[in-house]
Amino acid sequence: MIARGERRFGLLLAAPALLVLGAVTLYPVAHVLALSLQRRVPIFGVADWVGLANYAFLTRDPAFWNAARVTVVFVIASVAVELALGVAVALALHRQQRWRAIALALLLLPWCLPGVVTARTFEWIYHPTSGLAGAVARRLGAGAPNWLGDPSLSLAALIAADVWRTMPFVALLCYARLLGIPGEVYEAATVDGAGRAATLRAITLPLLAPVLLMVALFRTLDALRAFDLMFVLTGGGPAATTETLALFAYRSLFQTLHLGYGAAVSTVVFVLVGATATLYLAAGRADATR
Amino acid sequence: MTRERRVAADVAVLAALALYATPLLWQLLTSLTPDATIAAGAWPRALSLEHYRVVVAQSPLPRALGNSAGVALIATALAAGLGVLAAYPLARLALPGRRLIMLAVVLSTAFPAIATVAPLYLVVRALGLRDTWAALVLADASFALPLMIWLLVGFLRELPPALEEAAFVDGAGRVAALRHVILPALAPGAAAAALLTFLFTWNEFLFAYTFTATEASRTAPVALALFPGVFEVPWGDIAAASILAALPPIVIVIVLQRHLVRGLLAGSLKD
Repeated sequence: MIARGERRFGLLLAAPALLVLGAVTLYPVAHVLALSLQRRVPIFGVADWVGLANYAFLTRDPAFWNAARVTVVFVIASVAVELALGVAVALALHRQQRWRAIALALLLLPWCLPGVVTARTFEWIYHPTSGLAGAVARRLGAGAPNWLGDPSLSLAALIAADVWRTMPFVALLCYARLLGIPGEVYEAATVDGAGRAATLRAITLPLLAPVLLMVALFRTLDALRAFDLMFVLTGGGPAATTETLALFAYRSLFQTLHLGYGAAVSTVVFVLVGATATLYLAAGRADATR
Repeated sequence: MTRERRVAADVAVLAALALYATPLLWQLLTSLTPDATIAAGAWPRALSLEHYRVVVAQSPLPRALGNSAGVALIATALAAGLGVLAAYPLARLALPGRRLIMLAVVLSTAFPAIATVAPLYLVVRALGLRDTWAALVLADASFALPLMIWLLVGFLRELPPALEEAAFVDGAGRVAALRHVILPALAPGAAAAALLTFLFTWNEFLFAYTFTATEASRTAPVALALFPGVFEVPWGDIAAASILAALPPIVIVIVLQRHLVRGLLAGSLKD
């Protein structure tokens, strides 16, 4: 019975990892769902089952709707700018013939940093009187903006910092795909008299499309989950203009200590992530069958 | 295009990328600029290592760097060990429910940490692991495990199927074949996966911030987030601390770039 021995051997090997995965993914999700159905305020020793009351309160909580709106703006703006910029950088890299390793190292530096380092770096760049961004703005005659303190600028400033650290990932993946396109494809287009713009539109972008879809999925999921950058850079302020759902959930869980309510917000983030993944995968399948 | 124009175009791309990296370079310059010059908003005439001396001698950062290194190394080793054991049967043996398990693995890579941090915190507290390396190692290793398994399964499938069969013919058992034939062939892929795991674990903030309470277990990102400033913000010291906390990732990008890129592409460009 070779097959049975093989199965048993395989299960034995895989068991520890599967147990760990179950313990830190399935179990916490079940626990969060259970918590979200309770009113739990540990410092007052409160723990009651309240059914869907937390979710009902969610729908009436302006702070929740603000966080939802900030999250949607943050995710869409950040991902859109990253994709556009990332494709442009990938095209530039693709034409690079020398010093590619140096170019890739420069590109990946902003991507590799801990989010907290990026936050601290941009905090200094955005400093209202001594920051580099302010110095550049003054040189351009744009006054002295208080990037992180002005509610009309703060979210855009946060998005710029997020784009800075994540665009290299998009560029790298698109660049790798471009390297995979055989040179004959372009030669044929040149023979047919296609210009550069036509080649880009008719050949390069369609070939990039599947990678772009996948990168957009990864980046959307990451942007939905993002926490460290905004937690340290803005803390959600000023006036909650940069408070995403992840920050709002964290604040409810660990600062105002409403575990049940925070768990309900966490569940919303979880559902958003799941829905996004499903949506993109469906789009990918439709794309593949076309 | 002439050779000169070709070189000029290449230099222009490098210059644009260096310009893009300006925020990090600016932080580096700030970390080397004396306080008086920073306060005056002037361009530094002379650079100094004073901020690094202050951070190393007087701040909690050195200890935090040690915690980060310990946690990231142990978590990476743990994830790699469990990952190899699970990936091998998933990639090369007739494991029951293989497709379902792989689907679960892919889905778990998308898990938002914010959705699991509260229950994990309750568990950590109940086990008395608050403010210990163990809490961070367990959380980080298990959070990294899905990506680790996913990458390793991909690399294992690239190996020729005849590999262990040849070993069996030579009379080797399954464990011996895994140890002496599969593992050496998997080594480059495993190194790439481990590098990526180390990088993500080093950078991790949410668990590290939530599960720690004192300098005994705070990691570098947490220490940097909480960097002390009594009367005014010590921008130069913070810049120096930032550079130190970013050093391992920077070294990886510059020195081990080929392996890192291999891991990144393998994790993303396979369906």
